[in-house]
Amino acid sequence: MSEDLHAAAIHATPLRSRSSAWSESLTLIGRSLRLSLRNVDSLITALALPVMLMLMFVYLFGGAIHTGIRYVDYVVPGVLLVCVGFGASTTAVSVAHDLTSGIIDRFRAMDVRGETLINGHVIASVARNMLSTTLVLVVALAIGFRPHGNPANWIAAIAILALFVLALSWFAAAIGIIVRSPEAAQGIGFFISFLAYPSSAFVPIHTMPAWLQGFASNQPVTAVVNTTRAFLNGTPVGSSAWHAIAWSIAIITASIALAGALYRQRAN
Amino acid sequence: MANGIAIETRGITKSYNETSVLAGVDLAVPAGTVFALLGPNGAGKTTTVRVLATLLAPDDGVGLVAGYNVVTERHEVRRRISLTGQYAALDELQTGFENLEMMARLLQLPARRARERTGELLERLDLGEAAGRRVSTYSGGMRRRLDLAASLLGSPEVMFLDEPTTGLDPRSRQAIWELIENLTAAGVTILLTTQYLEEADRLADRIAVLDRGAVVAEGSADGLKQQIVGERLDLQLIDAATFSKLTSQLGTRAVYHDRSTLTIGIASDGTAATVRALLDELDPERARITRFAQTQATLDDVFMTLTGQHTSATESETTNV
Repeated sequence: MSEDLHAAAIHATPLRSRSSAWSESLTLIGRSLRLSLRNVDSLITALALPVMLMLMFVYLFGGAIHTGIRYVDYVVPGVLLVCVGFGASTTAVSVAHDLTSGIIDRFRAMDVRGETLINGHVIASVARNMLSTTLVLVVALAIGFRPHGNPANWIAAIAILALFVLALSWFAAAIGIIVRSPEAAQGIGFFISFLAYPSSAFVPIHTMPAWLQGFASNQPVTAVVNTTRAFLNGTPVGSSAWHAIAWSIAIITASIALAGALYRQRAN
Repeated sequence: MANGIAIETRGITKSYNETSVLAGVDLAVPAGTVFALLGPNGAGKTTTVRVLATLLAPDDGVGLVAGYNVVTERHEVRRRISLTGQYAALDELQTGFENLEMMARLLQLPARRARERTGELLERLDLGEAAGRRVSTYSGGMRRRLDLAASLLGSPEVMFLDEPTTGLDPRSRQAIWELIENLTAAGVTILLTTQYLEEADRLADRIAVLDRGAVVAEGSADGLKQQIVGERLDLQLIDAATFSKLTSQLGTRAVYHDRSTLTIGIASDGTAATVRALLDELDPERARITRFAQTQATLDDVFMTLTGQHTSATESETTNV
């Protein structure tokens, strides 16, 4: 280790300016994607679990559930929503991990913006979810999923789903900031994925007890599932699309505001 | 930088829920020097570093780094500092190269320059061979070196090193010390925290002893030793009765007492004349003193005394430090 290195260290580069939010975002999105791909355990879980869940519902429970249409056509959007929940829990864990490890101090001392760091996790979360969504759709088609929607309907279905994925990812990121440990984030993430069950994702709402129907019909997952299902199957969408969009935008707005406030609070 | 002072604090305080962590910290670190904050766990070392590195706003007081206020001008400060925390700030799942390259990009180096600088620093920090391996496979010493490399990427004027060698084996510690010594040769100002007196003694130009959130002593390693008692003559006595008798006879002249070994210490320059005179004075019958030894105060003595963690008290000499 010679002195010239250190002399070089001081004089080689001009005083740095704050990097642009754009290049910072790209670097941090790249980081989160790379970490996602290398976190093999959670990646396999994120990909395998939704597929297993779908096979379980279609082959084990599906025979007993009467929905008016073939169960595989009914259940695919629901399975996609459960994937979103699992994906969200991974996001909450990654954010919590960053904020509880030494790296956040270094990033802050380097003047990295909190919002670009969180944004990196959110974008990686959307990418992971789109991957698992694709996998579920491929397997679904292989086991007899025969949607009747036209290509425009498919695009609309994917768009609605992607928007909701973005919403839950931001929500999960906010959770990741609130909690004090990755383990706690994991636990809360589990509840997010549970939100898909008391909805129209797996069984028609009218089969539920009356006290649950009010919640089930008015919660965001139902709006998104109904919309996605209608688009994929080529049936009338009605107002559920607007509900799904409104829910997603509301969740995104609230989560970003919450995440920002919490991050600033934690930063001191 | 005003007056060549790289880091200056005046009356910095910080409390968490009524618990005072910093109770008015005053520091002045000349540019291009190594300054050590020495203190036991919980003394407020890390909190001080976090305030100076702009991560934590103080409740009161002023902190200036490179001439900029750490609260109101924190972006200016951040352009000129780097922080190496107690816990490695690295992604386990990225390789050494990827970690550094990412940091370099976040520091606004253009892509090609980022790769060059990453390669350069990895080579010089003896991590060239491990560059392509994930950090999860690195040893503790390798992680610290990579962490330091990350801190060097942005060519900081002021570096904060929070307990840079805690938990390292002696060889890795030696390597980090050499690196820090080389850094100062290049004019970087370094503020490091440590619980190891040896580390402060070896690396720092000046040392501040921090205890319960305040600086209780400050100076060079030698100066601090002088403040206690530079050198002393330790006399081992024949029995407990003699120990008690001489203790009361000497009063405040005795700077060290250890009843378990029947030893009393008296300030002495170590010359034959002084030793002879002391022995004659205290033991004219040549029956009381069994052994004697001339000892040099270590920084340990200073630390133990100042932070009140000394077991056998030498109150008289130390309360006015």
